[in-house]
Formats: sequence, structure tokens, C-alpha cells
Amino acid sequence: MASASLGQRVVQPVVRLIVSLALTFFGLLLVTFIIGRVMPIDPALAALGDRAPADVVDRFREEMGLNLPLWQQFIVYVTKVFEGDFGRSVLSSRPVLEDIARVFPATLELATVATLLGVALGVPMGVLAAVHQGRWPDHVIRVVGLFGYSVPVFWLGLVGLLVFYAKLDWVPGPGRINIAYQDFVDPITGVMVIDAMLQGEWEAAGSAARHLILPSSILAYFSLAYISRMTRSFMIEQLKQEYITTARVKGASEARVVWRHALGNVAVPLTTVVTLSYANLLEGSVLTETVFAWPGLGRYITDSLLNADMNAVLGGTIVVGLVFVSLNLLADVLYRTLDPRAR
Amino acid sequence: MSFDLLSVENLRVRFHLDKGTVEAVRGISFRMGREKLGIVGESGSGKSMTGRAILRLVQKPGSVTADAIRFNGRSGSRDLLTASPAEMQAIRGGQISMVMQDPKFSLNPVMTVGKQIAEAYRIHRKVGRTEARERAIAMLKAVRIRDPEAVFNRYPHEVSGGMGQRIMIAMMLIPDPDLLIADEPTSALDVTVQTQVLAIIDDLVTERGMGLILISHDLNLVASFCDRVLVMYGGRIVEECRAKDLHAATHPYTRGLLAALPTIDAPPGDLQVLTRDPAWMHA
Amino acid sequence: MTLISRAWLLAETPQSRRQAALGQAYLGWLAFQRNPIGMAGLAIILALIVVSALSPILMPFDPIAADTANRLRPPSGTHWFGTDELGRDILSRLIAGAPITLMIVVLVAVLVAPVGLAIGCIAGYYGGWIDRVLMRITDVFMAFPRLILALALVAVLKPGLENAILAIAVTGWPPYARMARAETLTIRQSDYIAAMRQLGASDARIILFHVVPMCLSSLIVRVTLDMAGVILTAAGLGFLGLGAQPPLPEWGAMISTGRRFLLDQWWVGTFPGLAICIVSLGFNLLGDGLREVLDPKQR
Repeated sequence: MASASLGQRVVQPVVRLIVSLALTFFGLLLVTFIIGRVMPIDPALAALGDRAPADVVDRFREEMGLNLPLWQQFIVYVTKVFEGDFGRSVLSSRPVLEDIARVFPATLELATVATLLGVALGVPMGVLAAVHQGRWPDHVIRVVGLFGYSVPVFWLGLVGLLVFYAKLDWVPGPGRINIAYQDFVDPITGVMVIDAMLQGEWEAAGSAARHLILPSSILAYFSLAYISRMTRSFMIEQLKQEYITTARVKGASEARVVWRHALGNVAVPLTTVVTLSYANLLEGSVLTETVFAWPGLGRYITDSLLNADMNAVLGGTIVVGLVFVSLNLLADVLYRTLDPRAR
Repeated sequence: MSFDLLSVENLRVRFHLDKGTVEAVRGISFRMGREKLGIVGESGSGKSMTGRAILRLVQKPGSVTADAIRFNGRSGSRDLLTASPAEMQAIRGGQISMVMQDPKFSLNPVMTVGKQIAEAYRIHRKVGRTEARERAIAMLKAVRIRDPEAVFNRYPHEVSGGMGQRIMIAMMLIPDPDLLIADEPTSALDVTVQTQVLAIIDDLVTERGMGLILISHDLNLVASFCDRVLVMYGGRIVEECRAKDLHAATHPYTRGLLAALPTIDAPPGDLQVLTRDPAWMHA
Repeated sequence: MTLISRAWLLAETPQSRRQAALGQAYLGWLAFQRNPIGMAGLAIILALIVVSALSPILMPFDPIAADTANRLRPPSGTHWFGTDELGRDILSRLIAGAPITLMIVVLVAVLVAPVGLAIGCIAGYYGGWIDRVLMRITDVFMAFPRLILALALVAVLKPGLENAILAIAVTGWPPYARMARAETLTIRQSDYIAAMRQLGASDARIILFHVVPMCLSSLIVRVTLDMAGVILTAAGLGFLGLGAQPPLPEWGAMISTGRRFLLDQWWVGTFPGLAICIVSLGFNLLGDGLREVLDPKQR
């Protein structure tokens, strides 16, 4: 009954988790390394062009360490990644890390707004579906959610543009901000709405916010689909528990039983779901950003891919993997601190 | 003793499943006053369903019918079958409460026990947080918990089974109901704390002049603790008698149960196999 | 020969294993049948299979040959869904795309499910370092967003339908392994496995005949639900030009074409998108319905 020390309860498992995540990250580097090396495109030729003279190519190979045995190349690769050196992008001819730092806030902005919307709508929908399990509100909400699992995000984006931009003109077209304001906003945080407000450019901030509406709503739909589905199944599980009967025996109203008692028990696993859905949006952003010409990480990766800019592709992939792994860590730490049984 | 606290007439609980309809309770009737009534039977005899049906807590595939479930508490007489959902909410906890089998499952795991007890009080009395807290602590004291202030802030997983059940009793009695249904209240507990918990229930029920329905599979326990006993088999009441007359029971099922009890002073011969006659379900 | 009747199927005391198994299946079907969501999904998937099988007969026009005189015609009596930039009938191309979608789904399922199941069952059954190594590898693959890893793989392997399927399969097995491992861990502890061991059954026999069958119902649900994701990933790769190459009428690639004509010729991109939606919705609905029947925890 005496509570164990903070060290035993929280710190030790978290340390174990960090070690396991570090191993995972190491494996991730190995996979990207292998992908980069089996690439049919010769990195030397890709950097120098097909018509480079043979001696220049040889010197380049030597400098880049491409003549070393594979395992030495891997060590060099890992060392460089830990130094933050992902090489130079062929397309932008800047260091890849610099490119990623520039585009990442745009993705973060989109994913954050989308997650907030997804939670605000998805949780109540899931609760409603669970309470009316097997009746029409449940069926409607489930189909709305399942449709979110079924619709191609890029197509929904295109249809969204067609309807709300081209036909109805409710929202602006692709891009992050009206071109007229583009030069008014200097990147400070990289989140355009905030940057514009910091500089007192209210009209520019409004334009940036309006540009956010459609792409973030579309991503939010996917987050909503996931969150409402998980909320529903967690709630169904909890509503069958005996303490729910206890609450009813006490005379608690149905609203109190559902929102206070059952949802209270669902809140902790839900934080994990929300964190994971945030991570999943990074994936959704690859296609959404392509459709909306949104200069974020997803579009950076696809553009680099289509131009065989492998340094940029692998750098982007590693960063996404790193974010994934960190969000998993965050989910676990949140779980341990929020659930009284795990404290 | 007047039998006017609760009268149940022709109560049936049915479950509509794919395989067809299953009747868990098959038309039982009984009356009780402010006394200790025991309901005994094996698992599946419908004893727990009877308790839940009175509180109208039978869930979806199940349905409850009866000619009447008349409850006559301090705030007047009512047919529980026709009471509105709002009336039922006021009755649950406020006038009829229930203690369930295992505090490990029946307490909300992410709420402190104090909050859960205070909540039970505040649902039925319009009082502030502080007063509810004081009441809850007093109630914890009444169920003989030492250091109630400390226990108030504990989570259910931080208390033992016996303490959990006392917390459950505190929570169910704090709004001062007229009738307590105790559904196997000691079955999940260590033998050493069973008597302790029963003694607390006994004291509080007697002190407050409440009625008690004790649902159990334990013939000895019911016989020694209650005033009257109903024996259920296959969803029916097969025997009804005063607890002290149980040894003179007439129904073959009850006789079989009594014969199956090992005694300390008799030589341990072969135990009788309980005979079951399907006709008991229909008679 | 016993007459298969409702009473025989629902008998409380089945006389044979076959009767018991069929009885369970019939009860499952009864439960499934009452689930409108699952039934709708089943109908969609059956329709996809029928259309795929009969696609040469059902197509009103040639899906590949260009007819430039008729380019970008809006939907009409002759061309129900209009024509694309080469004058090809979009409905015909959608019908011709159905077997492609079905093939992607079947191939991925056949490649992914057994591999994931094998890895998960072995890891869960043996435990110890085998488990740790296998699960570490699984974690590494799960640490990548699926689409991004598939993108990188396809870029390396050269764009094309076969490589897209391969990439989806390579990125697809880890969740199956996780699921199978979790199931195996609970089964491994049970008494009947201990009994088998004492009877001298080999590990291979126990895994194959006593562990794998217990994982099957979760596996079926998982595969069905996963197929929707497979269709979307394949379409995404097609949309980015990394999947099926022209002139193959793959639905994702068709949307990619339609994007160029979005504002004026909306039908070019809209109908293929709807087709993807309906089919992957079908798999999701079916999987959801199956889960309610097969997974007792959800009931």
C-alpha cells in the first residue's frame, strides 16, 4: 500500500522505454541506409550529372566515402546523422537539415489545427455512438467515421477545392497565404499565422488563417474518424463495467454516468490515441500538402522523391521517423503520469 | 412486523437472445418489511437479477415485467415499474441502494474514494463540497475506517478488499436509504474480514431501521444473519420460511442443500449428490 | 446424411465436431446478418468481385484506345461518367480498373498475412531473445509512417504496379505480427497447450494446429479492415505517379490525371475517387461487421 518511490514507478520504465526507442531509431537508420544504398541511381552521378568526367566522379566517390566497405559507410552515416548532417539537397543545394527546419513548421501548423478539430468533434461523436450502441446514431456516426477510413485524402482535397474554392468561393485556393502578403511576413516561428500577428500584419494573418481552413479540415476529418472510433470502442468497454452500475445505483444521472464516470476512465487511453493520431497526420500530410501546394515536410519529401534527391528523401524520412518515435514516448509518459493506477 | 416496505408481484426477467428467449426470473412474488430478508440459491437461480430488477437496472437484451413492484419508503408509496426515469434516479441511492460483490470492480478506479462517497451524498442533498466532504468522512468513520481523512484521498486500487467493501457500504448508505440490497457482499473477501463487513452492515441497518435484502449462495450465512429466507431455484421461489425454521424446510431442493452441508460433529461420510427435478422450474 | 436444418444447427448438444462447428458458424451468420453495416460491406465486396470477373463483358467502350475526337466530354447518355483527355470512356476505365484493385488487395493479403502471422506466433510462442529480436524489427517498421516508407521503397525499386504492391507488402506485415504475438501470448499460457506438450506434440505441431487457428478470427478481421488501407496507399502511390503506369486504368492514377482538369472537367477525377471510396468503404464495413461477430470482446 505504501506508494513506491517515483523512481521505481515512473523513471525506471521510462528509461527502459528510451533505450528501446533508441534501438528502434538505430534500426530506422539502418533501413534508410539500406534504401539509400540499393538505390539504382548512383549518388555520384546524381550529384554531378550524367556527363561529369570520370576522374571527377572518382574523386567525388572518394570524398563521399562511397568506396569504403558498406559497414564503414554505415558508421559514417550514423555519425553524420547524429551531428545533424543529412548531406546537401540536390534540388535546393542547401543542407537538408536547413531545408527541413524551414518546411517543418508548416506541417506542424496544419497537423496541430487538424488534431484540435479532430478531438473537439471526434470525442463527443464516439461517446454518442457508444451510448446509442446498435441504434441509428451509432450507425450514422460509425459510417461517417468509416468513410474517413475509406476516402483517399488527396481526392477529398481535390473535391474540397472544387466545391469550396472553385464553385462556392468560401475559401482561398492552394498555398499558405495570398501571394500579395507573402513578402510582409518574415519567418520567426515558421507558423505563418503567428508570425504575421507578431509583426502586426493583421490582414496577412487573416489570409494565412483562411488558407488553413480547408486543408486542416480535411486532415481533421481523418483524425476525427480515428478518434471517434477509438472513443466509441473504449466507451463501450467501460460502460459494461461494474462501477458504472454502482454510479447508477447511487442515483447519478445518465449524463453524469457517461461523461464523468465512463469518460473519466477513457481519458487516459484517449491521450495515447490523440498522440498517435497526431503522428498519423504527418503521413496524411504527404498527400494533402501535395494537393494544396502547402510548403511542408510532406511535400518536401514527395518533391525530392520525384526528382531523385535521395539525401532529402532520407533526411525527411528520418525526421518523420524520429517524430513518430518521440510521440510514442510522449504517449507513454503521459499515460504513466495521468493514470492513478500507473502512478 | 408489517410487510409493507416492498411488495413484488409476479416478477419476470427475460433475456432475448439469438438462441431464443431465456427466462432468468419466472414470476416470483414476495413482500417484506423493515427486516433482514435473505435470498439464497445457486448461480443462475435468478437471485441477483431479482435485486437488479427492483432497481430497474437490467440492461438491454433483458426485459422486466411484473404485476407490481410496490415500494413504500419514507417519501410515500410508488410502483417502481411505472416510475419515470427521473423518479427512479431519486429512488436509486436515495431510497434503495445496492452493495455489489467485488469492490475491485464496483468502485470507479480513477476517482478517489472520498469523491465517490461525497458524490453519492450530493446527488441526493443540495449541499456544498465542504459539507459533503465532512459527511463522507463521518460516514467512513461509521464503517469503522481508521484515519478516514487519509483514506478519503486514496484511489480504489490503494485500499484492500475489506476496506473497499466498507467504502462501498459507506457510499450506499450516506444518502440514508430505506432499503439496502446486498448482492453477495462478502463473497469476494477474505474469510477473516467477511464477518467484520457483515457486522458493519448489520449494525448500520438495525441502527437506521432499514430493510435489507441479502443475496447469497451461502445457506449458513443467510440462516444465521437474516430474519426470513427465500430459496430460489431456476428463477422461482421454491421455499419461503423464517430463518430459524430453515432446518425444517420441506422442499426437496432445500432439503438437498441442507444435506450437502458438512458438519463438524458428524462423521465425514459420502456427501449426498444434489438431485434436481426439472419439474421444480414449472411447478 | 444428416439433413442440415435450423434445429440441427442450433442443437444444444451437437453430436459431432462438424455439427458443432457448423452450428457456431450459423450463429455467427445470424449475428452478422442482423448487422446492416456488415451486410452492406459484404454486398459491395461481392459486387467488386462480380464486376472484376465480368469486366470484359461489362465495359461499354475500349478502356485503352484513344478517341481524340471525343476528348473531355461531360457525362451523357452514351458516356455516363464522361470521357478523359484522350477521349476514353471513364466508366469503361473504372470497370477495367476493378480487377487491378482486386489483384492489389489479394496479392497484398496473400503476401502479408502469412508472414505477419508466422513472425507473431513464433515470437509469442518461444518468447525470450527470439521474441525480443523479432519484435524489435517489427517496431522499426512500425516507426515509419507506412506511406512514407512505401514511397521511399518504390522510388528505389522503380515506379510500377508490381513494385507498389511489393512496397505495400513490405510495410504492411508488422501490425499482423503484433496482433498474432499478443494472441499467442494469451494462448501459450492455457492448459490445453500444456496438455499438448505433455502428450509430446512438437512445437511446430502445436503452433500450426493449436495456436494459429486461435489467431485466425482476429486475422480475418484485421485483413479485411487493412485492405481498405491497402487500396488507399496503392491509390496514393498511383496519384503520385509511383504506382501503376499509363495506360493502365488504375483508379489513383486516373485521379492524378483528373487533377489537371479539376476546375473545368470535374468528372475526370471525381468518379475514380468515388470508386476508391466505395470499395474501401466496403472492406471497412465488412471488417467492422465481422469484428462484432468474431471478436467477443466487442460484443
